[in-house]
Amino acid sequence: MIRAKAAFARSVGRLSRATGKGGGTTLPGRILLKLDKDAISKLGEDLTGGSTLISATNGKTTTASMLATILDGVGRHPVHNRAGSNMTWGVATALLEQKGTEGLFEVDEAWLPEVADRLKPETILLGNLFRDQLDRYGETETLADAWAALAARRSGDTAFVLNADDPLIADIGNSSGSGTTYFGIEDVSQALPELQHAHDAKLCRVCGHELTYDRAFVGHLGHYHCEGCGMRRPAPDLSATRISLKGMSGVKATIVSPEGESELRLPLPGLYNLYNALGALATARQMGVPVVEAVRSLSGMKAVFGRVERIEIGETSLSILLIKNPAGANEVIRTLALEPAPIDLWVALNDRIADGRDVSWIWDADFEMLAERVGKITCTGTRAAEMALRLKYAGWPLERINLIEDPEAALDRALATSEGQLFAMPTYTALLDLRNLLAEKGDAGRYWEA
Amino acid sequence: MKLRLLSLYPDQMNIYADRGNILFLQHRCEWRGIQFEVTRCGPGESFNPDDFDLLYMGGGQDRDQKAVAKDLNQTKQEAMKVAKEDGAAILAVCGGYQLLGESYELEGETIEGLGLVDLKTVREPGPRLIGPVAIEVNLDGNPNALADGEAKVLAGFENHGGRTRLGPDTAPLGKVIHGHGNNGQDGFEGVRQDNLIGTYLHGPLLPKNAWLADHLIATALEHHHGERPELEPLEDSLEDAAHQAALTAARNG
Repeated sequence: MIRAKAAFARSVGRLSRATGKGGGTTLPGRILLKLDKDAISKLGEDLTGGSTLISATNGKTTTASMLATILDGVGRHPVHNRAGSNMTWGVATALLEQKGTEGLFEVDEAWLPEVADRLKPETILLGNLFRDQLDRYGETETLADAWAALAARRSGDTAFVLNADDPLIADIGNSSGSGTTYFGIEDVSQALPELQHAHDAKLCRVCGHELTYDRAFVGHLGHYHCEGCGMRRPAPDLSATRISLKGMSGVKATIVSPEGESELRLPLPGLYNLYNALGALATARQMGVPVVEAVRSLSGMKAVFGRVERIEIGETSLSILLIKNPAGANEVIRTLALEPAPIDLWVALNDRIADGRDVSWIWDADFEMLAERVGKITCTGTRAAEMALRLKYAGWPLERINLIEDPEAALDRALATSEGQLFAMPTYTALLDLRNLLAEKGDAGRYWEA
Repeated sequence: MKLRLLSLYPDQMNIYADRGNILFLQHRCEWRGIQFEVTRCGPGESFNPDDFDLLYMGGGQDRDQKAVAKDLNQTKQEAMKVAKEDGAAILAVCGGYQLLGESYELEGETIEGLGLVDLKTVREPGPRLIGPVAIEVNLDGNPNALADGEAKVLAGFENHGGRTRLGPDTAPLGKVIHGHGNNGQDGFEGVRQDNLIGTYLHGPLLPKNAWLADHLIATALEHHHGERPELEPLEDSLEDAAHQAALTAARNG
């Protein structure tokens, strides 16, 4: 039965693309799940080599793409939802349209328990939990509870790879049983000067006492312990030390694991991408790839769509940096602060459902850090005005802030006035808009063809 | 002139970027040459109500809110009552708003509130009340009308599981134009009593509603200096545009 339903769903997807309706990314999966709610389990049975799931608030797509690169380096080509469509229908679509013996799926935080219960993965990588679209996901604590319950259900059957530096994630190790491994950053020289405003893990998950931080690297990711019950950050099995940040061009670090040390030259910027790399490396190791080979593959990888992407448009080099929540935006801001001033920006804030209808979060991101370094600023999107207002109150020079609600007019203006280098900071649906605008200009392929 | 703000539980009650409100007040004071002083007051700490003109408390996650409720009653209840009776401006948002009332019942547990105003909150079955919201403030016949006497609009975003009901003699902050308000049923939003305001319009509501920020500044300065000042107007074109965009979002639902 599932074969016939799958064939039908596939053909509708082909038809949709052929008629140029676009957005055919997940249509086959949506149709299939309508026909058979349990399709993911049934198609998943073909993955005799098992599957790996990746979830996190920030870095899902990048981490999955890193892991795919590593696996590619050793000749493994998993079924992978690489277009970043990470709800059940995105997973179902990948299962329908690709052939392979193992699966690699990034999964939306809220959908992770359902997908994991159906797919029964060999490995689950959990990267981080930050406050994000509270109107959609609810509180980070609620998600952490749901993930811990999943870990307890899968204990003994699924190997969990956890970020030791995120107390919300590391705590899941108390439920996931033996076979759990951890990754983290050891280089204390990379600590933030102080904890950031958007700090999401204040209380010990075990006893409720306030956590003590010796240092934080990204948001609430860092070295912590609880003076109430003695809980401590687990010692990572794979870690990064001797880290050096090279602005937009990447990160250098020494990767330490039981297999020894190797030198990583990651071509993606920021500590947040180093965390993504550590997650991918620790998971690859769990999947049997030697660390030294995995590190070599990562050192040669390219950025994925909208996650630090660089496109040449005429005389201007456009770099795209997705922003969608305070922690992620803060890392983008930190990376940009290393760029030579003046920094020209196109900032697009939308409040559609996939962005989160609530734009409050922009007041938690530390735009103040760029106040002295910005050049010309163009604010656009459905909530352009509030974005511009935020920047005004972050101390950005008001006379350099342009408010143009229409994204295309805003992009044209930003390109026309830029000094050769323009940075785009869009929210998720604004990124899709930007991608389509660039496609019309002939500068980037439409993402579902990628 | 000087405005002394007390930020209550800034590390616990800040879930929706509440610091945006304080940042907004601070700049609007400083641009007018008004000295602005922020004092943080967290768990276990007490405060002297004579030292503050404006008290702010934001929203928090359930776990933080429970811990804060207990601490409020242990270390700050009396000072909060005195501050309110003495006419200090108080703005409590979302979870902070719920804690102004008698109690908050959720999942078989009752969190005791401060009892500053006659209202109760209950987590009833049914979805959370989430979405953009707009309310009309200063209804005809509201005994606690705003000083300048005109109806004004507040636009923002709400996200709350609790349903709040006001006591018979308690006035709401406003009437819901778009969105859910206190409980999604009676058409009212927030609470207002003397210089105290509680509302479900969460997080950075002041940047979207500069007029309320200025109203709070004037009230706080009156509390400190004994006279309500005429605030110097500011160049507010982005503020007005942000208000309009929030209102449009609420109108479109």
